[in-house]
Amino acid sequence: MVLKVFFPSCCSSAESGILIGRWISEQSSAVVLAVVHFPFIPVQVKQYLGELQRLTRVSVSVLGSWSNSKQEKEEGLSEFLEDLGTIFSHEPWIQISKEGDSKFWSCSTLQKHSDKPKEEEIILVYYDQRKVMLSHLHPPLDTADGRAEDASKLSAIFDTVARSRVLFMTDRYDEGPIKLTHWQSDGVEASIIVELLKQASVPACMLLAFLLSLVSGICRSRVLKFWPLSFLWSKLSTCEQLGHRLQHLQVISSNKKAQTQTQLMRKANIFVSLLIDVALGILLMSWLYRKNRIGHLADTLIPVADHVAEELQDLLQWLMGAPAGLKMNRALDQVLGRFFLYHIHLWISYIHLMSPFIEMILWYVGLSACLGLTVALCILSDIIALLTFHIYCFYVYGARLYCLKIYGLSSLWRLFRGKKWNVLRQRVDSCSYDLDQLFIGTLLFTILLFLLPTTALYYLVFTLLRLLVVIVQGLIHLLVDLIDSVPLYSLILRLCRSYRLAAGVKFRVLEQQDGKPLRLLMEINPLSYGAVVQTYRLPTYSCYPKDSWTSLCKKLFLGELIYPWKHKGEKQD
Amino acid sequence: GAGLALRRRQHSASCRELSVRGPRLQLRSLSAATAAVWLAAYGLFALCENSMVLSAAIFITLIGLIIYLHFVKIDQESLLVIGSLGIQVTSSYASGKESTTFIEMGRVKDVVINEAIHMQKVIYYLCILLQDPEDPQGVSEVVPLFQSSKPRLDCLIEMYKSCQEILEQRKTAPQSS
Repeated sequence: MVLKVFFPSCCSSAESGILIGRWISEQSSAVVLAVVHFPFIPVQVKQYLGELQRLTRVSVSVLGSWSNSKQEKEEGLSEFLEDLGTIFSHEPWIQISKEGDSKFWSCSTLQKHSDKPKEEEIILVYYDQRKVMLSHLHPPLDTADGRAEDASKLSAIFDTVARSRVLFMTDRYDEGPIKLTHWQSDGVEASIIVELLKQASVPACMLLAFLLSLVSGICRSRVLKFWPLSFLWSKLSTCEQLGHRLQHLQVISSNKKAQTQTQLMRKANIFVSLLIDVALGILLMSWLYRKNRIGHLADTLIPVADHVAEELQDLLQWLMGAPAGLKMNRALDQVLGRFFLYHIHLWISYIHLMSPFIEMILWYVGLSACLGLTVALCILSDIIALLTFHIYCFYVYGARLYCLKIYGLSSLWRLFRGKKWNVLRQRVDSCSYDLDQLFIGTLLFTILLFLLPTTALYYLVFTLLRLLVVIVQGLIHLLVDLIDSVPLYSLILRLCRSYRLAAGVKFRVLEQQDGKPLRLLMEINPLSYGAVVQTYRLPTYSCYPKDSWTSLCKKLFLGELIYPWKHKGEKQD
Repeated sequence: GAGLALRRRQHSASCRELSVRGPRLQLRSLSAATAAVWLAAYGLFALCENSMVLSAAIFITLIGLIIYLHFVKIDQESLLVIGSLGIQVTSSYASGKESTTFIEMGRVKDVVINEAIHMQKVIYYLCILLQDPEDPQGVSEVVPLFQSSKPRLDCLIEMYKSCQEILEQRKTAPQSS
């Protein structure tokens, strides 16, 4: 099989020495991690490797020799390097040598125990050690997890480099028997800001956790569990959003360090999402309170509600006349129309009763926008729901009437044909009715049938209005969901440090020379933006309407009430 | 369609690169499209006297050109077969963007020429068969190659022969100890 040597590009200019790394025999590939320079004592090298193996659980061993001679090839050196092969017995012993500044290195192997002395082809693959160490390989979605022997070759290589971080901690300025060259051999890199943040985050997390425990204690207290209040909390979307954000804060402020990469990314995404949310909320708040815009908003709220009520009254007057040229049943028309008009009258009186307090309420409610833009949007959605409560009521009345009518009609239609619905067997059976039953049934059927257009028209008009309000609320919720679930940290990471999120690798063929091994450069192939969003999306609490279009139409036709949003955790009806 | 150029490079005994280059973007079709859009915009401007139409037309032309060059127009597609490492498929777009996929040799079952029936004719395409991890004889996925340049059968046969020469090596090579 072809021998593959993965060589770190930072060691290309290292002094002569021996190569240490991991040999993966199933794939016949050698991953070089560092170069140990002369002089060294073989026993100490073996000791160091044993310790390293214990710490990192990666089977690091001496793979071969590396000679970087500035002048012409020295004969003595090559014999010395071959002798080293006998001290550190490794099968096969790889010898790489570079002459002067030439790009083309010669690579050969020594096989002591093999019978066939045939020349194996060698492929030299250069890789950027730092990038491979920091990157996280995202396996494709169809491979099964936990099949260690089926693990891709590349993940073995990434794994090897990532787990050998301890090896990269010793640099050339350390005193010790071993002198190594790897990507950090010029001094271990660290960032002051990152270290300071890490130190500061521990007390900050503890404080946050304490505050959160207080808040959740208050929320769970018995006072808020009484029936009217608990019903109210479950209906207002603001409370759902606040609960969701509270959960996020709890995730961030937990003391346990993130174990896996996924958990770390999730924490980071939640943190950035909260930060952006609060920043946008404060921006919105400052815009609202400047020039007293919130006062203007409160002043226009009552006239808008009045206007909506007047429009509804006009609509009802139109329905009570001859809407669109249709002839309605005058009596039923008047009854329904007057009933709904009275309802609107009540509603307007309540709004006018509240009008002195509106400005103050709105002013204080507007302050809660500092908790986040999502909270402000949820409050807007709730205000719309409250202001159009009468439309919701009309829809429910119209739907119930229509539903009753439809059921009555269908049952009397069956009577008309001489059939009956058998509840026990859930099917339609024939039935013999008495004459008086048939008479009354037919009479009622006729009455209901001729009253159908009137009820149907009222139902249609109010359903359309209700759907309009539902669509507006739906758009606001969509926006809130978007802000909640977009993984901003992952996207920014993909933009700025694309090698950290790897979908795979790509190879580039470098210049070749005959007789020398094949040279390839291995680069990291970053994940696409769509895959980043899909992998790191934050889960949200709302689920979209489960009803397909056909079942929705069926429900509308039969007059069943439609509940567009089913939140997770609510019992299904 | 238009003429294609196939380039075959052998980097070493076990590494071959096959690249197909499609026709480049012609200046005349570009100018024709731009002129048509601007004439339409000018006609609209003459009708409604709103200068926003003209700026909108310029904006649309620029954005459309950028989207076309970056996401639609594929200049060159190449296949790099490295024996015992894997197969790499690259498409380079007219704006310089390159989208690469690397498939490891362990997942590759074979490279074959497949037939497909499209409307009234039969077209051939080269594809990579991926192995099913559970079933050694089964095929889990078929990856079609050269989708945008769609070379004809004679070109495909050349490419097939090159790939098979390298894939055979992994069968004749002794299994790792």
